[in-house]
Amino acid sequence: MKHIQTVNKPTLQETIKKGGCGECQASCQSACKTSCTVGNQTCEK
Amino acid sequence: MPERHLLFFWEIKTAMKERIHKFEQGGEYILLDVNSAAVHLIDRMTFDLLDVFDGTNDDEAAQALSGKYPESELREVLSELHELMDAKQLFAPDIDVPPTFAAEGVVKSMCLMVAHDCNLRCGYCFAGTGEYGGKRELMSNEVGEAAVEYIIGHSKGRKHCEIDFFGGEPLVNLSVVKHVTEYVRRREKETGKIFKLTLTTNGLLLDEDTRNWLNANRVSLVLSLDGRREVHDRMRPDAGGNGTYDRVLKNFRAMVDSRGGKDYYLRGTYTKYNLDFTKDVLSMADAGFDVLSVEPVVAKDAPYAIKESNLPRVYEEYDRLTEAYLKRHREGRGFFFFHFNMDLSGGPCVAKRLSGCGAGHEYYAVAANGDLYPCHQFVGRGGYRLGSVFEGVTNKDLPKYFRESHVLNKPKCADCWARFFCSGGCHANAELFHGDIREPYEVGCAIQKKRLECAIRVQAELALEKAGKKADV
Ligand code: SF4
Ligand code: SF4
Repeated sequence: MKHIQTVNKPTLQETIKKGGCGECQASCQSACKTSCTVGNQTCEK
Repeated sequence: MPERHLLFFWEIKTAMKERIHKFEQGGEYILLDVNSAAVHLIDRMTFDLLDVFDGTNDDEAAQALSGKYPESELREVLSELHELMDAKQLFAPDIDVPPTFAAEGVVKSMCLMVAHDCNLRCGYCFAGTGEYGGKRELMSNEVGEAAVEYIIGHSKGRKHCEIDFFGGEPLVNLSVVKHVTEYVRRREKETGKIFKLTLTTNGLLLDEDTRNWLNANRVSLVLSLDGRREVHDRMRPDAGGNGTYDRVLKNFRAMVDSRGGKDYYLRGTYTKYNLDFTKDVLSMADAGFDVLSVEPVVAKDAPYAIKESNLPRVYEEYDRLTEAYLKRHREGRGFFFFHFNMDLSGGPCVAKRLSGCGAGHEYYAVAANGDLYPCHQFVGRGGYRLGSVFEGVTNKDLPKYFRESHVLNKPKCADCWARFFCSGGCHANAELFHGDIREPYEVGCAIQKKRLECAIRVQAELALEKAGKKADV
């Protein structure tokens, strides 16, 4: 494409059916812990 | 057209607009497709066209920009946009609560407030220098063991569980930290669970014996340092009012070196006093640490609080930090900055993005006396006691309310472009500012969104550099 360059191969829609194993780390978004915005986390699978 | 139809079309248009977010960051035009999480670098013409284009109105969009760009090029862009739509990477369908998001959370993480006591007097401490609105108190071995049993009993099939030793300052109650750790390691063998242990410390008591013990027991660390000496000493004095920077830096250095630079975070808080916090991040990097996090203070009516009027300055600083981060990376002196970390192609599943921090339904805090709260920030806040490690959860409505307070149920989040990255912000902050965990704290949202834009730009840049495909679009 000339005007658009796609950066990633996103999988969010696929995880609607597949996710939810719950093995990932808890995340905290507060200012007092290192604190995870969920989007900054990785999947454990 | 009858008014009803007009309204209907207007609603569709708005709905389409809420499915994308476009922004300019560091000279790049970036398009995020919210429901697929696809990230596209676009040119200025595409950026402008997306002000009008909603997936169906090619002619209207081309017409609207005909004075600014040649028709043939506009048609080219439109055809590229349709290609993205066909690939479900533009205007991807809205996401509803998926079946993988169970109605009830499984509790597998706990924060143990092993000491409601602290040897520092940090100016911004939400715990009121450790007391959490109560008296200074230390957790007992019995409470610690009961907390471990609570997790084992309630984490169902989950293998990975977590405990964070927190305070106040957990090292003022090291004997209980040690006891609970030994207990955990024994119970792991008996139950097949795997516990990740973390300890958050101000570093004052990190002597050689403690270092060795933490390393031998595989305890991850969160080390608190606020960046430059003058910034740190202003907000983090000891009980006698003396600066602590030099002492804790020395201890942190020895600590991190003793574990080969692994399993730690060096984290800081910025306030209104250091809105030039890029200098603090770089100061931490220059001191030889490379796993960093620096976050805004959250405070109401305090002189150091970050207010709405500070936001332009905060945004400017994140721009500066983004460029500094990329520059160091290119020079081979890169560091890891928590909020710029983002896996654009993988990343958490939808269920996780709805669970958010998990406070109150997957994650509880245990006060020194064994009382359970939705998270460390809620400890001592009236009306938020869930029960105790001995009697279990007695206030059954609260976990349900927290579980259901996800982005799709919060009016402000449901149509916010950041919803699947931010996951609804911090409930404790929402409660502090609005008395309701479903009403996000606006300054927090504003900073969150800026940080996400920077993170997306950083990751896009790094991904393309790695692939050797940095093109001029
Ligand atoms: S409510 Fe806020 S402080 Fe508590 S765990 Fe969630 S993000 Fe962290
Ligand atoms: S908490 Fe704020 S930034 Fe996050 S999704 Fe909700 S409205 Fe958006």
